[in-house]
Amino acid sequence: MKYEAIIGLEVHAQMLTETKIFCGCSTRFGSEPNTQTCPVCIGMPGVLPVLNKKALEFSIKTGLAMNCRISPSSRFARKNYFYPDLPKGYQISQYELPICEHGYIEIVVDGAMKKIGITRIHMEEDAGKNIHEGEGNYSFVDLNRTGVPLMEIVSDPDIRSPGEAVAYMKKLRAILKSLDVCDGNMEEGSLRCDANVSVRPAGQDDFGVKVEIKNINSFRFVEKALEYEIKRQVKVLEEGGKIIQETRLWDASTGTTQSMRTKEEAHDYRYFPDPDLVPIMVDQKWLDEIRESLPELPDAKRDRFISEYGLPEYDADLLVSERALADWFEEATASYTLSFSGPKVVSNWVKGELTRLLNEDNRSIEGCPMKPQQLADMLTLMDKGTISGKIAKTVFEEMYKTGKDAEVIIKEKGLVQISDTGEIEKMVDEVITKSPDEVERFKAGEQKLLGFFVGQVMKATKGKANPQIVNELLRKKLS
Amino acid sequence: MISLVTRAILQKIRRKCIINKPGKPQESGKEPWEDMLELYKLTISEIRDLLDKKEVSIREVIESIFERIDAVEEKVKAFVTIAKDKAFEMAERMQKEIDLPGTKNRSIRGVPLAVKDNMCTKGIYTMCSSKILHNFMPPYESTVTSRLLDQGYVLVGKTNLDEFAMGSSTENSGFFTTKNPWDFGRIPGGSSGGSAAAVAADECIAALGSDTGGSIRQPAALCGVVGLKPTYGRVSRYGLVAFASSLDQIGPLTKNVMDSAILMNIIAGHDPLDSTSAPLPLPDFTAVLNRDVKGMKVGIPREYFIEGMNAEVLAAVREAIRQLESLGAVTVEVSLPHTGYAVATYYVLATSEASSNLARYDGVKYGFRAKGKDLMDMYVNTRAQGFGAEVKRRIMLGTYALSSGYYEAYYKKAQQVRTLIKKDFEDAFNKADVLVTPTSPTAAFKTGEKTDDPLQMYLSDIFTISVNLAGVPAISIPCGFTSDNLPVGLQLIGKHFDEESVLQVAYAYEQSTDWHKRRPDL
Repeated sequence: MKYEAIIGLEVHAQMLTETKIFCGCSTRFGSEPNTQTCPVCIGMPGVLPVLNKKALEFSIKTGLAMNCRISPSSRFARKNYFYPDLPKGYQISQYELPICEHGYIEIVVDGAMKKIGITRIHMEEDAGKNIHEGEGNYSFVDLNRTGVPLMEIVSDPDIRSPGEAVAYMKKLRAILKSLDVCDGNMEEGSLRCDANVSVRPAGQDDFGVKVEIKNINSFRFVEKALEYEIKRQVKVLEEGGKIIQETRLWDASTGTTQSMRTKEEAHDYRYFPDPDLVPIMVDQKWLDEIRESLPELPDAKRDRFISEYGLPEYDADLLVSERALADWFEEATASYTLSFSGPKVVSNWVKGELTRLLNEDNRSIEGCPMKPQQLADMLTLMDKGTISGKIAKTVFEEMYKTGKDAEVIIKEKGLVQISDTGEIEKMVDEVITKSPDEVERFKAGEQKLLGFFVGQVMKATKGKANPQIVNELLRKKLS
Repeated sequence: MISLVTRAILQKIRRKCIINKPGKPQESGKEPWEDMLELYKLTISEIRDLLDKKEVSIREVIESIFERIDAVEEKVKAFVTIAKDKAFEMAERMQKEIDLPGTKNRSIRGVPLAVKDNMCTKGIYTMCSSKILHNFMPPYESTVTSRLLDQGYVLVGKTNLDEFAMGSSTENSGFFTTKNPWDFGRIPGGSSGGSAAAVAADECIAALGSDTGGSIRQPAALCGVVGLKPTYGRVSRYGLVAFASSLDQIGPLTKNVMDSAILMNIIAGHDPLDSTSAPLPLPDFTAVLNRDVKGMKVGIPREYFIEGMNAEVLAAVREAIRQLESLGAVTVEVSLPHTGYAVATYYVLATSEASSNLARYDGVKYGFRAKGKDLMDMYVNTRAQGFGAEVKRRIMLGTYALSSGYYEAYYKKAQQVRTLIKKDFEDAFNKADVLVTPTSPTAAFKTGEKTDDPLQMYLSDIFTISVNLAGVPAISIPCGFTSDNLPVGLQLIGKHFDEESVLQVAYAYEQSTDWHKRRPDL
């Protein structure tokens, strides 16, 4: 029998606010344990939360970018459970009245656009971290992360395959990054994904029993965990078994999911409206201001890159996946106006050499020492014939490493292309004199030996000879 | 050189405070006037006058208070923490300010006040009379006490309460029960019983309490002092250890209405640290006190004069209403038809919020921690040993009411009834400027009388609870005594954010009677 998977994703995105959601503590990552805390986020007796307006603004921005309805009045609720990393014994979240509802984002499936519904986006506070290391029979709690603002973005069960899930995650990440509301780093946990998965015989209308998978912390694992879980469920059904409603944990080391708790063991969170926080009112004027301030979103940018720069879809998709990369590309293109095919040339360098070097260093484009203008200048030097394409690669790497201008590097390393016909002719003559056998064979019709001669000349000039001139001179001399 | 006005004030005060008749030989080697002025008996405004005129020093005021505490505290047991050393340090600092001309004007500089032990005071234990917060030392100051500090108050100590403010007698305190200064065999009321008893016994000039279902007004009534619960949102709750967040409100317990108005001028007003505090402009609460009440409409809610009420309490309240009429107020009968549901509604909502508010006391971060073989065991032991019976009862009630499958029937339904109760008051205030009712159905009851019957205990707040559900302001003022010489309280209820009318009527009544001047004989 053929089975169809039904997938819905719950994504937690850490917001890039300077301070926590209900107090003034810093949200900086990686500080000494418990140094970014105060009575409010530690949950001391008598303290009260006050909403960080930036967190609300970020959530609204995200909601608008994902075509949601923004609730004019929404509420915070308490989710009650005991855990050492949860100092108040409850998490302030949203339940009945989330800030955003009924949206969608679009992904490409088999060359066609597909809408994935967004059920809701709500705000909540992050929990701390339990640390199980060190001497003694103790665990430790670090509350630096407690109160860092999160958005929980819940999709409709519209996703039908692991591939679609990854496409959805990538699109979601690109939108969040373009809005500058989340850094989208799955490995560091600023973007976390839980999945609800069920399978049903193809053609059946009713959903199967769903299983929740937690702890999926990279794009690769989104695909792997879902593939594994779908296979597991199909196998259970084919063997005549039943799927039980449960929460399973993805274990990356074994590539499997393991049962964590069943429905009977599920918490009763006893949600109720938080009486310490008043209803959130979003007035139309502020909403309009936020809407006005939205940057160009990835889909619109992609379309523009195709129409305005004549880029292939592949290039456009890749460039818009990171807003900073797209910006970098556009800046370089704007500075490089000499040639008609400029944008495509820039795109090749950005998605080729630049991306390769950034990946090697595990560095983001923001941390790149080379500026877009510098790439444009280098390309201009190529067009003028000052350097060859081959030398350009060396220059590019050096620019990337040092942030120096191409001209400076060329001068320092003596990489200027030799276009002086007289000088090259000397070299050509030398090579011809040194290789009588090859000259003989070439003249006898072995045309491909031309490459050998070119190579010899280039070698002698350390790659600096203008290859076009070398070619022309060789052909002339050998004929 | 003492001005004529000062002399007049001083004489008035002396007349009031004299215990040793002039001419009687002194036993100690003190100057005669030192014992003549019993400064601890004075009110805030009287102390302020004396200090302004430099008739006494702050040190003398503070010494007088601590001498009084030494003399009576053993019998009253109002305090869980006495901050004597810190009080004298503060007195010293404030005196220096007075001695330096041109320093900052502070409205209660050097006035010794007590604070209920559920308001956080930086560097001074705040334990909520609970074992689970044993020796908890807050590293931060509540908004109300930081405002008092800014006006130069001297903290005498932290007063006893029912654990986490859950109770009506201080018998639920995790430490000890406070005695009613009028009869040591009786309770002072609660939960702010320590604050009310401390004021009644002159162990402080005034105090702060908190009121979730009557916890300021009921003990004020039972101890014969003035207690004001402001409108919900009028006074910041930041630093008040939460019992039921949507009902809790801080207010003053004082010897007269004027002092309540003076303290309201300090503690009320918007606080950016409390999202539920109202961003409204503040009136001068003392400015309205002298206004005539002639023609003001006083509503008498039919449902508050019921069968089974103590006859002496009823008689005192009826007499008080006649007194208001004689002052020119017009009485009108009103109805609050959902009054019968108030206690049940309150105990669903307050316990639901409490079950969540008290989850943080888990032994992980501060306060008491019991040993356990694993995490769950530690949680269970800590909470089993740290909380008292009443607190546990309420946590269980609230947990149940919020559970899935019961939420709609209890919590949600109670919220709907709360809306109806609010509406009752809105309707009543279409006819009346203030409402008048008894504060408590009985005078102070005997220690141990109701401890085995929680429901009976809950009913002692029957006249005060609706006010918290509606969020409106109300005051309790002394309006008579029973034949056992126990004080009776009169409750005046106002519209949202109209503490002024409440204070105005209370002041007019107080000025025409002497009940508030009576003090227990200790």
